[in-house]
Amino acid sequence: MLMLSVSKLVKTYPGGVRALNGLDLTVDTPQVVTVIGSSGAGKSTLIRCINRLVEPTSGRIVLNDLDVTALSRRGLRRARRRMGMIFQEYNLVERLTVMENTLSGRLGYVNFWQAYRRKYSPPDIARAFELLHRVGLDGYEYTRADALSGGQRQRVGIARALMQQPDLLLVDEPTASLDPKTARQIMRLLCKLAHENGTPALINIHDVGLAQEFADRIVGLADGVNAFDGTADELTPEVLNAIYGEEDWSKTINRPTADSNKKMQRDGLERESAAG
Amino acid sequence: MTREQHARRYPEVWRRFTPKETLIRYLWFAAVAFIAAWSLQRLEIPWFYFLDAHTQAGDLLSRMVPPYWGFFAEVAGPLIETVHIATLGTVITVLVALPIAFLAARNTTPNALTWFIGRFLLVASRSVNTVVWGLIFVAIFGPGAMAGIWSIAARSVGFVGKLIAEAIEEIDRGTVEAVEATGASRLQVLLIGVIPQVLPVIYGTIVYRWDINIRESTVLGFVGAGGIGIMLYASINQFAWHEVSVMLIAIFGIVVVSEFVSATVRGRIT
Repeated sequence: MLMLSVSKLVKTYPGGVRALNGLDLTVDTPQVVTVIGSSGAGKSTLIRCINRLVEPTSGRIVLNDLDVTALSRRGLRRARRRMGMIFQEYNLVERLTVMENTLSGRLGYVNFWQAYRRKYSPPDIARAFELLHRVGLDGYEYTRADALSGGQRQRVGIARALMQQPDLLLVDEPTASLDPKTARQIMRLLCKLAHENGTPALINIHDVGLAQEFADRIVGLADGVNAFDGTADELTPEVLNAIYGEEDWSKTINRPTADSNKKMQRDGLERESAAG
Repeated sequence: MTREQHARRYPEVWRRFTPKETLIRYLWFAAVAFIAAWSLQRLEIPWFYFLDAHTQAGDLLSRMVPPYWGFFAEVAGPLIETVHIATLGTVITVLVALPIAFLAARNTTPNALTWFIGRFLLVASRSVNTVVWGLIFVAIFGPGAMAGIWSIAARSVGFVGKLIAEAIEEIDRGTVEAVEATGASRLQVLLIGVIPQVLPVIYGTIVYRWDINIRESTVLGFVGAGGIGIMLYASINQFAWHEVSVMLIAIFGIVVVSEFVSATVRGRIT
């Protein structure tokens, strides 16, 4: 069973901006956790501290009994293999093909010359084909990433992250560069794959409606600390005021009953699979 | 709003520069004109040579025409050697310049010392002209094509390395972050995250430099470093202008061809 435990996490950037201020967070079940909060609340910093793309100033991050904050460069590379990351701007290698981008999720398991000759193991290649099928990109293996639409690029981003067979998915604003329909499709796909694989996901998101619709659990950050931790139903105007500051939230919050929410997601999936 | 109020609120006159800014601009023009005049005066140019320059030019042209076409047979060999010098020099350039470019780019260099070493090598290479490198390598290897190849390489490393290093510094940081996040090693990050982003610049710069090197290698013979320049220098010294014109036409021909190849290759890179 996965266990991610973040305790007393502090990050102060050079120049004195304090993005995280002693944050505590535990994820111990395979669930989709969305992280909401205003710009500058520390969402991106939190996710980047977990795989140490950003070095934490202090605090501890423990992933499956492994103290990520104490790792050497070599140990960190091994730990990063177990954490898949998905980005707002997709961050694909634009001039490489969809297949090369997907297989790059296995870079931690091949040496330099294997990477140079794109020589990945047969099971890895089979898995890449399977993942491209599951994200709906059959037949795109030879297409260059710069020829894809935003939604397609993010699908490649998802395939690349899942290629790592991660213990944890770190997702930074996956839908912020996409139109509302594509955003929903991407969120639905992401959550479906996370649930199917039993991989917990930490998803930063600006859109409160999307967060409510897809999350098993919502964490609200404000000023670099945990201001809310609960389910979509518990997200009241008072809570949103605490996270974002005073605003009229009456039109933002949708509170469907648990049943209808599940039904909507199921319908969506059926539509998706019928279309694909 | 009355007509007067309207005219005050929305005036019909607008000037790009304030009077003070205009004055400063004219002062800059005056400064440039002054420096040019001062340089000309200090050079002490013998103007009486200037007066009959047009007759001298006409005289030279009449000695060059008609070109001694039979000379082409003798020119062909050295001409091909010139192209070989440029090509082999460019190959060495690529092998040397690529690692130096990664040292000289701030985002891929391991530390401040390696960055300094990379930048120093690039500046040292570029600060010496190809012909001066030729003098140095003729002293080392003796006269001939080998000296030419190394002088072409020595000068080109700075050019190619600097342009590639600048391209490396402008890559998309997000892509590199994504490759790092997979647990890739440092060299793998360069291979998958960095090099694909700068590959068009690498190809374009190499072909462009090869094109320049063909032109540069035509004069390397002046200092004994091989190629057509040796014959060109000899013919000029013997006032054999009808031979010189043949060689100039031949050089013009290969330069046109190399320009065409370079432009075509660069146009096709995506």
